[in-house]
Amino acid sequence: MVTDTDKVFKALADPSRRRLLDLLHAENGQTLGELCAHLDMTRQAVTKHLVLLEDANLVVTVWRGREKLHYLNPMPITEIFDRWVGKYERQQVRALADLKKALEEN
Amino acid sequence: MDKPKFVYVSYIESTPEKVWNALSDPELTRRYWFNHENVSDWSVGSKWQHILKGDQDKVHIVGKVLESEPPHKLVVSWARPVDEANEAKHSRVTYLLEALEKSVRLTVTHEEFGDDQEMLQSVSFGWPAVISGLKTLLETGRALPAKM
Repeated sequence: MVTDTDKVFKALADPSRRRLLDLLHAENGQTLGELCAHLDMTRQAVTKHLVLLEDANLVVTVWRGREKLHYLNPMPITEIFDRWVGKYERQQVRALADLKKALEEN
Repeated sequence: MDKPKFVYVSYIESTPEKVWNALSDPELTRRYWFNHENVSDWSVGSKWQHILKGDQDKVHIVGKVLESEPPHKLVVSWARPVDEANEAKHSRVTYLLEALEKSVRLTVTHEEFGDDQEMLQSVSFGWPAVISGLKTLLETGRALPAKM
């Protein structure tokens, strides 16, 4: 049986799909056309990746009029984080991650 | 029409009634929403308040109940207490609860921030932890800690 967690890791295991999530992280709520403009892939390939991401609940879609907008849904990743990061460690983990980011940006 | 800034979807092994209760009961919200109570009678037109409990209670967010269809849909406006009278500064939160075979698909949408980047930043950090805490509470009965 494929669990929801399996689907999340499988979806994340592909660089093109991670790139799609990066694009949505940079700008949430994009159409298929907008996403394709940033990628060197056929429309069909992008659609296939989006279906897998949706099936893993990493991407959710909302209709606005005739436009289908894609959103990055951080819930599965948050749930994985909550599963393994102890409840009293969160503040320290975030502080270290912020420190790493600040140092590497300089 | 403005497009939503955030859409969060979580599958919770529970019933719509229990999820509704967890969103609207002050004692329950407090257990996963970092010690905040959501207080209202949840009928359309009523006020709601998001209150940090402590030695002195502090109202952090206020708004109005815009739509209320227990246990399926709740729409509220969302503002800082100082902006209560200024509706241009109110954003909007929609909770949608859909019953599946053994779980509930909870969709939380937050939109119409206008140019309030600060509010946008603070809620984008908060929602995933709150929704994940709600899921944990309903599925295991355990609450996440009040502090992050």
